[in-house]
This record gives sequence, C-alpha cells and structure tokens, in this order.
Amino acid sequence: MATTPVLPKLVGQRVKRREDPRLIQGLATYVDDIKVTGMLHLAFKRSDVAHGRIVSINTSAAQAMDGVEAVFTGAQLAEFIPPMPIGTPFPSPAHHAVATDTVRYAGEPVAVVVANDRYLARDAADAIVVTYDTLPAVVDTELAMTGQPVVIHAAFPNNLAVPLVPGGTGVGADGSVDDTAINQAFAGAEVVISQRMLNQRLAPTAMEGRGVLAHYEPGRGSMTIWSSTQNPHILRTMIAAMNGLGQDQVRAIAPEVGGGFGAKINIYGEEYVAAAVSKRLGIPIKWIEDRSEAFVATTHGRDILGYVDLAAKRDGTVLGLKLRLIADIGAYNMLLTAAIPTLTMLMANATYKIPAIRVALTEVFTNKTPTDAYRGAGRPEATYFVERAMDMLARELKMDPADVRRKNFIQPHEFPYATPMGAVYDSGDYDKALSLGLKNANWTALKAERDAARAQGRLVGLGLAMYVEVCGLGPSSSLPTGGWEHSGVTIERDGRISATTGASPHGQGNETTFAQMLADQFGVPIDHVTILHGDTGIVKQGIGTFGSRSQAVGGTALHLAGGKVKTKMAKFAAALLEASEDDLVFEGGRIFVKGAPAKGKSFAEVASYAYVPVPLPPGLEPGLSDEAFFEPANNTYPFGCHISMLEIDRETGEPKLLKMVAVDDAGNLINPLIVEGQIHGGLAQGIGQAMIEEVVYNSEGQMVTGSFMDYAIPRATDFPRFELDSTVTPTPVNPLGAKGVGEAGTLGSTPCIVAAAVDALSEFGVKHIDMMLRPEKLWRIIQGGRA
Amino acid sequence: MSQISITVNGKVRKATVEPRLLLAHFLREHLNLTGTHIGCDTSQCGACTVLVDGRSAKSCTLFAVQADGSSIITIEGLAKDGKLHPLQEGFWEEHGLQCGYCTPGMIMSAVDLLNNNPAPTEQQIREGISGNFCRCTGYQHIVNAVQHACKR
Repeated sequence: MATTPVLPKLVGQRVKRREDPRLIQGLATYVDDIKVTGMLHLAFKRSDVAHGRIVSINTSAAQAMDGVEAVFTGAQLAEFIPPMPIGTPFPSPAHHAVATDTVRYAGEPVAVVVANDRYLARDAADAIVVTYDTLPAVVDTELAMTGQPVVIHAAFPNNLAVPLVPGGTGVGADGSVDDTAINQAFAGAEVVISQRMLNQRLAPTAMEGRGVLAHYEPGRGSMTIWSSTQNPHILRTMIAAMNGLGQDQVRAIAPEVGGGFGAKINIYGEEYVAAAVSKRLGIPIKWIEDRSEAFVATTHGRDILGYVDLAAKRDGTVLGLKLRLIADIGAYNMLLTAAIPTLTMLMANATYKIPAIRVALTEVFTNKTPTDAYRGAGRPEATYFVERAMDMLARELKMDPADVRRKNFIQPHEFPYATPMGAVYDSGDYDKALSLGLKNANWTALKAERDAARAQGRLVGLGLAMYVEVCGLGPSSSLPTGGWEHSGVTIERDGRISATTGASPHGQGNETTFAQMLADQFGVPIDHVTILHGDTGIVKQGIGTFGSRSQAVGGTALHLAGGKVKTKMAKFAAALLEASEDDLVFEGGRIFVKGAPAKGKSFAEVASYAYVPVPLPPGLEPGLSDEAFFEPANNTYPFGCHISMLEIDRETGEPKLLKMVAVDDAGNLINPLIVEGQIHGGLAQGIGQAMIEEVVYNSEGQMVTGSFMDYAIPRATDFPRFELDSTVTPTPVNPLGAKGVGEAGTLGSTPCIVAAAVDALSEFGVKHIDMMLRPEKLWRIIQGGRA
Repeated sequence: MSQISITVNGKVRKATVEPRLLLAHFLREHLNLTGTHIGCDTSQCGACTVLVDGRSAKSCTLFAVQADGSSIITIEGLAKDGKLHPLQEGFWEEHGLQCGYCTPGMIMSAVDLLNNNPAPTEQQIREGISGNFCRCTGYQHIVNAVQHACKR
C-alpha cells in the first residue's frame, strides 16, 4: 500500500524567510538598481527659506551646462502637472508638486533639472539662482492658531487646516454637542489629572530613501513607473489620473522596497514630476532621494499636542476623559495627513471603560515639512496621552500602575465593545496580557530591585503601559482607497502554485507567511509556492501594506482565493479518481480519498489534467486559477502590555534603558519568528521616540536636525534585550483570527518609558516629562528639583 | 579624469573616472555591483560598508580614486563556490533582516568585527555594529545572527 508523506503544518511555525537569500547576497533589486536604456536623471532645486514669495528664478547657467536636457520651474511644470490630489475629505489648499509662486517650508521644490548624469543634475540644480521675498516663518503651533505671525494659506484663517472636530460622548452624528455627561463626570470627580503633553515630530527614515523611475513609451502610449512605495496600486491610480492616462495604461512597480514605516504610503510630488516629465520628453527619468532631501522632503510623523484632563474617584475608577488635540501638520495636506489625527480621536478610549469622553481636534498649518502616516499613525499618540494620564493618576493616588488599569479594564465578556469614540473593539482580554507582563517582568521583585537601587542613591524607575490599537484597515467606509485586499491563486500546469497579493510588502515577509498558508491549504511543500507582489502588471488589484493590514486583510483574501481554487481542483481530482469531491484529502503533495491513500493522484497529475481535461468533467471550465477580494466587516483591535526599567545618571542626566518587557496579543500568528521581528522593530522606534528622536525647527523654520548627525535614530548599543511574550485572543473579524502586528511595538513603549523616567526622578517631584528624554532636560530636573 | 585600477571581489577593474566619483557610485554604477547600498550622505548609516584591503570602510566616504590599487570585497563577493558565508547564514537563520536595505553593509561590518574578534561578547557585537543603522529589526536578531556565525 502506498504511503503518503505527511508534511508538517507550517502555519504557526518559525519558518525562516524565503526573501532572505537574495537580500543577504546583494542580489535584490531596489529602485536605484534599475537602469533603463536612455534614462536621464532628475534633480530638484529646493527652497532654502521656510516661507517666501518667489521673486525670480534664473535657470540660464543650469541650462547652459553640457549634458543638461531640460530645466523646468514650478510655474512651467504647472502648465502640464495639475495640483496634487489628497485622499481625505477635508478642505485643502492647492498644492503644486513644485512651488509656483510661494514656498511654505524649507526644502519645498522650486525647479527641476533633467541631465544625463546624476552628479551633473545636482550641479545644475545648484546653479539655479532663486530670489525670495522672505515672509515670517510660522513655527509655534499654538501661536499659529491665532494667525500669528502670518497666515500661510489665505483661504485658511488662523492657519486652521481643520478648525475643530468634536467627538465622543454627547457628540451627535450631525455634529450637535451635548456637554451634560462630560460635565457630570468632572463634577463628580474626586481627583482630576490635567497635563499638557507633546507627542513630538519624528522623521520616519526608512534606510532606503524614496526613489522613482518613470518610463513613458510614446509608441505604446503607456507608462511604467518603478517607485519605492508601500502601495503600487494607489500609485498607479494617481499617476494615471495626473497624466491623463487610463489605469490600464499605467504599470506601477514597487520592486524591493527598503522600509516604509508609513512614509511611503503618500504619493509624492517627485513621483508626479518624474512621470509627467518622462511623458513630456519621451525619455525614462530617474530620481533618487538622498538623506538630506529625505529629512525635508519625506513626510514627518506625530507632532500632536494634547491637553489631557482625566476625572476619577479616589479608588482609581475613571469617570471621564477630556482630550484637546492640536496637530501641527506642516505646510500642506498630503494623501492622508488630515486623517491621521482622527485615529488619535478614535482610539482615545484606550483599554478602559470610560463613562464619558470628549475629544476635540484641531489641525494647524505651519511652515514645516508636511506630516502623514508614521508607524502607528495616530494610535501611539492616543495611547501616549491616555496612558500618561493613567500613570499620573496612579502616582496621585499612590496606587500601583497595574491596579489603576485593572480597576478600569473592559472585561472579556463585554466584547464586542462599542466605545464612545465610535470604535467597536472586536475581542480582548486585557487583564490576561497585563498579568503575563507583570509575571514576565517579575514586577514585585523588580520594584524591590528598584527600591534597593534607590537606597544606593541611583535614579532607577519602572514604567508600565497598556495599549489597544486599530489594525487590519479596514472596511471601505474607513478608507477612501477602499478597505479590501485582493489575491489571486493559480495552480500551474506542473502543480506548482503562484499567488498574487495586493499587500505589497517592504520587509514584512509576506512571501514567507503567505506561502506557509498556501502550502498548508494545498498540502504541498512550501518550495512549490511563489508569492508575487508589487507589480500592477501582475497583481490585478490591491490596496497596499499599511495599518497592520497585510495578514488580517491580504492574508484573508489569499486564503479565500486559495479556497476557491481548491474547490475546483477537488472536482477535477474527483473526476480522475471517480470519487466524491467531499471525500478528498490534500496532503503530502497528493490528493486522495480519505482513508484510502492508495486511491489518489499526485498534485501535479491533477493539475496537468485540469489544463488538458480529456474528458472535460461536465460543468467545469479548464484551468485552476481564481481570485478573491476580502472586505472585512470591522477593523481589528490588537492589544498588549509593555513594561520598562530605566536608570538616569545623577551626574549627567543620561538615561539608560535597562529592561523592556512586552506582551502583545495580535490574535493568531502565522509565523512567530516574523512577528517577533515586527515587535522588535516597533519597540525600537517607540524607544527611539521616547529617548532620542525629535525633529527640531528653529524660529526661522529651518530644520536643525536635518541629517543623521543631528537626528538620532537608535543604534545597537541603545537597547537591552527585549523580552517578548504573547497572549492569543483571535479576532472574529476574519477567518484567520489574525489581528495585525506591524505597529504594536510603537504604542506601549513611549508611555511606559516616560513613566519609568518620571518614576526614576520622583524624588524631585516631577509629574510629567515631555519626550524625548534629552539628558540636558533630565539633568535640569535633577539640578532644579522640578520639571 | 583619472585612471584607476581596483581589485573587486578578486577581479582587477580598470576605469577612467571623475576624481569626485564616490567609491560607492563606482561600485554601483560602473561595476553594477548594486548590493552595496547608500542610506545617507554623512557617513552615519553604514549601508555602503565594504572591505577595503580587509578592513571595513564606508564606500560613500571614499572617492574611487582613493581606492586606486586596493583590493575590495563587496557583499557579492562574500559567498564562496555557492556556499554562503557564516554571517550570511546567520542572518538568514536568525531573521537578522527585514527590508534588507542595511543588510549588506551590516554583514560587511560584522565580517570585520569577527576578523578582529572571533568570539565577541554581546556588548562587543553591539558596539561593533554601532556604525550601521537598521530601522527595521531593533538589532536583537542581528546580534543573534552574529552570535550564530561565531558558533560555526
């Protein structure tokens, strides 16, 4: 009797990545590694003032250079490039890819050069002379709201991009506001915590900067555009619309992409210019961002000011929360800019039952680089504001920070839980994550260790934070691009499997996790599966990778497409085996009748039959290929608990992170090894924000942190070993039970580290410290004895 | 223009280049060795790290003419006879990379580290790669990858 080898199930296993062989040998292809015959290079002349009217642009020296093909000013480009579209419903000022008459942030492009050599293009850009009638720079966010020192966009009085959006308890769908409940909550409070907190501006800094290669072929009337983007399908849509082309006439390719972190969701002016100039000149055009450009030209993240008021009883029961949010969005609205702070609103409920919540959001224009998504995108800000307030409440009441949380958690049986902010949390068990975090951190012993260190005069502190985030974006009602994802699965004639996904990864490892899923679904070796992505010429439809949605939405689409193909393949196998399709098992590279492994065919034999179906089973078309769109009914809401220990040098104020414990619940996990990597990376960026990262502008609107010499991103020496663990609370929102994990690490880490710093400096009476934890700031607290 | 002759991954390469041409661009544009990446313009990130006469160097900080007469190993020259270098294996086994952009430079720095100290402590590994930025991994799996290579 024939035996069928049983392949080990791969879903849930620490499968090493299939992407890696090319990446560790220098054989991967990023945008700048691609060359097209006849390709010329694009360079941007950028404004060196933050705010000013363009008086004149002299391009004659640049144009005279041997090898310079063309020079365009912003006004000349505006003749054939319309203002850039945005993806949110908020009113927005006209924003040209290259400024036409006024510059509104240092680094805004004012002219472009096309040349036959990259160095020459930069030389020529440098040779362009621009004179400005300089205007005062609007830098201070709250001053900007008064219209001072000037108004940046005439149609937006007091620099208010979004004047005021109320949300939460008592706010009707029609915008009506009833303050009764929130006023009652604060009237009945025994203790109120009030604090102004800044969630500071950050530079996302993917290690690969942005880059684009646009190739318009006049003979075909079609465009191919390679770009370092998180969402090639959205890029295709926008490039087509901006160039008068159909979506069938544009092929967008995200080749290997060297990190994104949210900043490569936006479709940028450089992409529009490269495409339009390529079309105009009929020449392939490449632009590669350098790091100095990236700091000013790639969107920033965060920069939300929060005024937090938390009302509670003295036993720790929270009665109400007021959150006044002021987002400094920089000079323009980009694709999702205006929507990001609305996610801070949405998640203001955190993990608690809060009887009354009132949030009010204002978004403000300043003369800075525009903001947009950065890992976490609005949710880390919400977590930070609420968790800092909870920590302050615990200190005020002299309660253990864990006990204050426990007192207020939404309980497991209360899910799905509709929050006052309009979110419906899918599933959760917050106490389970907290308890595991406390156990893993050895909380009681850790407190004793801290106290012992303090007795020796050391400044050691502990911090704890909970988080819940909104992931798996999302229903189409929550995303203007559409909130679905698409996948196609084909069983090739030789029995190998190729599958496409619209969730175009840039480090997330989908080629591995998705192949694990299909290998299990079809009972074939993972080596027989290829996952294709990132090319709209191959992947028919897609949205992209952001908002921790690849697995929850893209993975589900793949699972559904695979299911359709499997059903059809079973019909072919049933015909071959003269068996019922319901009795068939897919296992070990074979399809056989359940309980009778000898009565079977190899996977390849069935595939071959499906493509030369003689005879063709009645009711079947030849071939094994199908696709699926998956639209989730709701977002997912992963959660977790982060705990840290931090020591501050009494002499220098320098903080050192001693311990970082994280318990994350992302629902079911496909590949725990990859999940660990995602959490490590998120923690690193959260710790970076808490401790060393901050974009700083001077009063003239000049960024003074415009290189890696001035903007600190974490190095290997900045971290202890992270101690991870997970609880598993599956989501009912998708059949995989997966919630998403890409951003989680950035959420709990910032409030937990600041809490640890405040704890370490508690002897000085400090109640709150704004990020980042610059040693000078901490030293001043130690010296002055107050914040 | 200047004449240069550089041995890259065992092969002698002669070229006529602008004196200001960066070594990183020489490798990438003239030799099509695009495994060497460029992640900044101030010598902080280390994505462009190669071995010059056996020592790690940031190739965006050298002009090609300064490397005239030297022998260079890039990431493409690390595997021998189709067999991965122990560090390449370590990065694969331990999930030491995500987007992969910093990886070639990170591996080349680690090669230099292990050449000088075949059995580093964790702290020595962290210090040894502190001239290389990774924005994806939080470094822990990279440390594991280097430790994995040390065991071989």
